[in-house]
Amino acid sequence: MFSIDLLLGAVVLGVLLGCFYAAVSVGLSVSFGLLDVPHVAHPAFLVLASYGVYQLNESYDIDPLLAGLAITPLFFLFGLLAYRTYHETFEKRGSDAAVRGIAFFFGIAFIIEVLIILQFGVDQRSVTATYIGKSWRFGEMRIPIRQLVAFAVALTLTALLAVYLSKTFMGRAIRAVAQDEEALRLMGANPVRIKQYAFGIATAVLGIAGALLIIVAPVEPTLDRAYIGRTFCVVVMAGLGSISGTLIAAIILGVAESIVLTLFGASWAPAISFAMLLGVLAVRPQGLLGR
Amino acid sequence: MTTPAATEAPLLQVGAITKTFGGFTALDNISVDIRQGERFGLIGPNGSGKTTLINCISGALRPQAGSVIFRGEDITLLPPHLRARRGIARSFQIPRPFKSMTVLENLMVGLDFAATGSRQPEEEAAMSILTRMGLAAKADAPSNTLSQVELRKMELARAMAVRPKLLISDEAMAGLSSSEVDEVLDLLISLGEEDITIIMIEHIMQAVMRFSERVMCLDAGKIIALGAPDEVMANKRVQEAYLGT
Amino acid sequence: MTGHRNSIIFWGGVAVFLVAVLTMTQIVRNEYPFFAGYVILQFIALAVAWSILGGYAGYVNFGTNAFFGVGVYTAVALFKATGAPLVVQIAAAAVVGMTLGFGVGLLTLRMRGIFFSIATIALAIIIETFVMNWRFVGGAAGIQIQRPPVMAPFDSYVKMLFFVQAILAVTAISIARYIQNSKVGRGLQALRDDELAAECTGVPTLKLKLIACMISGALISAAGAPAAMYLQYADPFSAFNLTYSVSALAMALIGGTAHWIGPVLGAILLGSTQQFLAVTISSEVNVLVLGIMLVLFVVGAPKGIIGLLRPRYRLRAGGKP
Repeated sequence: MFSIDLLLGAVVLGVLLGCFYAAVSVGLSVSFGLLDVPHVAHPAFLVLASYGVYQLNESYDIDPLLAGLAITPLFFLFGLLAYRTYHETFEKRGSDAAVRGIAFFFGIAFIIEVLIILQFGVDQRSVTATYIGKSWRFGEMRIPIRQLVAFAVALTLTALLAVYLSKTFMGRAIRAVAQDEEALRLMGANPVRIKQYAFGIATAVLGIAGALLIIVAPVEPTLDRAYIGRTFCVVVMAGLGSISGTLIAAIILGVAESIVLTLFGASWAPAISFAMLLGVLAVRPQGLLGR
Repeated sequence: MTTPAATEAPLLQVGAITKTFGGFTALDNISVDIRQGERFGLIGPNGSGKTTLINCISGALRPQAGSVIFRGEDITLLPPHLRARRGIARSFQIPRPFKSMTVLENLMVGLDFAATGSRQPEEEAAMSILTRMGLAAKADAPSNTLSQVELRKMELARAMAVRPKLLISDEAMAGLSSSEVDEVLDLLISLGEEDITIIMIEHIMQAVMRFSERVMCLDAGKIIALGAPDEVMANKRVQEAYLGT
Repeated sequence: MTGHRNSIIFWGGVAVFLVAVLTMTQIVRNEYPFFAGYVILQFIALAVAWSILGGYAGYVNFGTNAFFGVGVYTAVALFKATGAPLVVQIAAAAVVGMTLGFGVGLLTLRMRGIFFSIATIALAIIIETFVMNWRFVGGAAGIQIQRPPVMAPFDSYVKMLFFVQAILAVTAISIARYIQNSKVGRGLQALRDDELAAECTGVPTLKLKLIACMISGALISAAGAPAAMYLQYADPFSAFNLTYSVSALAMALIGGTAHWIGPVLGAILLGSTQQFLAVTISSEVNVLVLGIMLVLFVVGAPKGIIGLLRPRYRLRAGGKP
């Protein structure tokens, strides 16, 4: 049952999967990692984006990636709105914010889930595109092209965000606001507006990430629950707010999941990310790759 | 340990404490004895390790090396609440009230959990501490409605509710007006008169001078001066540390 | 003095309530009210138990479903293996829930806030995965439960379960009330406000958090134990459904967590609204209502219903007078 080929195949697929996980987690790495917002609804927005892509693909036959790109402005607005509400009601008032802030996003996630169910039902949905359904052969190994597409787009997306945060003026401001809000205020910048903008970016990225999610596999309304484990696992493991760390952590998770899937079967897969997350939280809360 | 001279042994012995954070050495081999009933001033520029030292004494931090001995007992490994029960109480540099509670309830926490052997009913005990601190009128006020000086006083009152033998005041006068500084200082001095040993961290030099019997100055995690207040102030290294070189 | 009088009123109320519940099971013929009432009582138990940790101590447990599912499956496994009576199933579930609570309590050593919350979700999924791979109790497909004959004085199993759940709810309320009025309650409140300050004021924070986690866990698992008998069926997906977590949390926060009556009010309000909506519209809509109410309350009424009813709490939240 066990062979080197099998293991090698699992690792290769794991790396592809890992890069995809980086793309769905990178937004959270900004919103939770950098901005410290307990954004439990991040995966729910991700699944919502997938359904947006599904709708465009189904009704107008738009390529899922283009559809994902098309909905990014909308998700940018969602992000602005979500942060503004969070800031006005919790960050600003301070007291007891932790408990209620978490409950707030938990509630939002639940609302999104149910709205999707009401609109689309509980059945799985998938998209169609020319690259979905075919695969490449490398000797014994078969790699679905949808995985390769997701891999390439995910890598590009993550790299673009990393460049944005380190090279552009706004990106640097976002990093600065995460480190020292007070200093930024003294320099005359408005930290709240920068954070709001950053949250918008983090959510906008989900447009593309949602497209990848539905390209890789069919989606269902409660899929966000599994991704709470995956995205938070990646972000925490990465060391909060590190984009390159996010990529590495995501690949570690992808490979781990892929190997467990190959060796023990699909029924154990959902627990992997959560078990790793729990392990990291218990042993090294500052992240495997951080400081 | 059974010698009759036990009462003359230092109340607190800090023995060669070293505390590092990552590569940064916050405290470097600090040793100091605090005598029973002493009023002890702790000064030093920002980041010199003052708060780290009292965190090691109160148990909020655990040093990598060295020991803390309180009334002859090694408490280096004890968690803060057990130190509080043995009589070590503190205030915080940035006040940390129990903000969902009233002022009186804040004190009740200490009386409930740390104060031992008092026969006085708790509420009465809390009121008498508040009266001493000049906060009696605010007993039922929610603690998140207090002014800065009231908060400082409440922190000291809450520490007093622990029935401490050693009280550590961490910049209890920061951000207060000069008349308020005098008010809090008078309070601390009067507490010192009831056989409570007090360590006071402070930046306001007149307050330190007026208060302390001995002063210790830290810089970059090391003791650079220890002795009578005017001696320490006259020390060249202290002046350099404060004025910069 | 007033404390003493309050106690008499409270225990009098408890006695009247239980007698009323018992009488109802003897008089009312139709089974439906008991079906619906069971669910509301279960939610009261869950919300009150949740608030011991989430409200008093301020640790937001998203893993109510873990404790609930563990309660369900302890009962199922025990019943299948030994045919143990319901009381024993519930007791065993409480013990297992308490043990799990101890584990969760240890998590509080290393994490708080969002990290703790996420860790509790993680725990729930991990346990669910184990149960899905546990053949003895039916794995992912679930398991049918054959109810044993009902015991006198009840003439139907559902009525008996209704009475049992009423006792569980009352137990949860009594314990929550006891904690709230005791030193433990004050200590939990202190550590919720500021853990370090509480420690330095003499509060044994770890011990209190462990106590809160264990009691909360035991009560949630106990409340879940009769669920398999109620549904005559158990499967991992329903037993570990995240809806239990959202419901417990939402009901507690909507009612208000400063007093034990808050979660009770929240559970009655939301539980009965949900029962009504589930019958008249659909079960999806009632979950939607739950989510919307939760968001509205945490944004608009931070102290919950009791905060709205008692202006004293509003004053407290309002900052400087």
